[in-house]
Amino acid sequence: MEIKILGSGCSNCVKLEEMTRRVLSELGVPATITKVTDIKEIMSYGVMSTPALVIGNEVKVYGMVPPKARLTEIITTELVKSEE
Amino acid sequence: MLQAFANWITYQALHLARGTRLADAVNFFVYDTIKILLLLAVIIFLVSIIRSFFSPERTRKLLSHKKQFAGNIIAALLGIVTPFCSCSAVPLFIGFVESGVPLGVTFSFLISSPMVNEVALIMLWGLFGWKVALLYIGAGLTVAIIGGLVIGRLKLEKEVEEYVFQVKMQEAAIAELNWKDRYEYAYQYMKDLLKKVWPYVVVGIGVGAFIHGYAPQDFLARYAGRSNPLAVPLAVLIGVPLYSNAAGTIPIVHALMEKGMAIGTVLAFMMAVTALSLPEMIILRRVLKPKLIAIFVGILAVSITAVGYLFNAVL
Repeated sequence: MEIKILGSGCSNCVKLEEMTRRVLSELGVPATITKVTDIKEIMSYGVMSTPALVIGNEVKVYGMVPPKARLTEIITTELVKSEE
Repeated sequence: MLQAFANWITYQALHLARGTRLADAVNFFVYDTIKILLLLAVIIFLVSIIRSFFSPERTRKLLSHKKQFAGNIIAALLGIVTPFCSCSAVPLFIGFVESGVPLGVTFSFLISSPMVNEVALIMLWGLFGWKVALLYIGAGLTVAIIGGLVIGRLKLEKEVEEYVFQVKMQEAAIAELNWKDRYEYAYQYMKDLLKKVWPYVVVGIGVGAFIHGYAPQDFLARYAGRSNPLAVPLAVLIGVPLYSNAAGTIPIVHALMEKGMAIGTVLAFMMAVTALSLPEMIILRRVLKPKLIAIFVGILAVSITAVGYLFNAVL
């Protein structure tokens, strides 16, 4: 699974990254997490409010750090989709 | 009920004698701290739910290709309800410009959004009453609309960093939120914000309580009263470096007003604290050339000072 965290280094971006790593290790899902800090690249996803979470090439969350349960839900759904 | 609780803490739990300065200050501190923190919790939660309907992405669509004037008014109003933190000022600015929001309209948004923010409004409402809170909204919107109009008139597009015009954005297919998401978002936001502001609230109210209890009546009347014409610009100057501490400054200012600071001076000071901040200017430097930043700060400082004088004269 390919995950991108968009954000130019604000505290919420760090929080979202940490939370994503934790959820992934709890689920035992192998994934690569890339941090995207370049403003032009962030905006190319159509996102203006950071942090944002991108899985595949789709924006899943933006402008907030979601509750952990919600994040787990998002990642599992994507996992099922990618296995189909 | 809150007052009864504050009385109980002061006179029963702490055994302070009624009417002493210390008892006065403690009573004031307990009452205001609890009141403000409760107000903050409830109102921020409600405001966050409303805000979940106004993402910056949606606001951008609403404002794109709007005309001057009508656009400035709508932008200033949307600035109140669109969630915004100065850390995302850069992507927001680029996003607005990219979708054809005129520069002046973008500035109306950028001015009103931090200035007319919920924390400042709640604190003003809780400490000064709803009339002052409404005045503050009115004054903030006016400054935002006029500031944006002036910047639009000056045709400063060439003072924006060139790369801003080269960014191309994709239309992101962003999922609609359901009610559960909205509650979760609002709760999360309230928690984060309270965690961030409560120390400022407590310290601010603490200092305010000290002034309330110990500073002599009218000790500011000579310096910050109506009769001193330098009070307003001075308040604006002092307000600029006090960034993001609306939560901490309002209680102090409230106590100062009791001691003779004039209302227009108070409002001008508050607007300077929230709208003109050094960190935000540094962030905006990434998209604006120094000349435009200087014009932006200048217009804001002048119009905030004007509003201060106006209120001092009228009220």
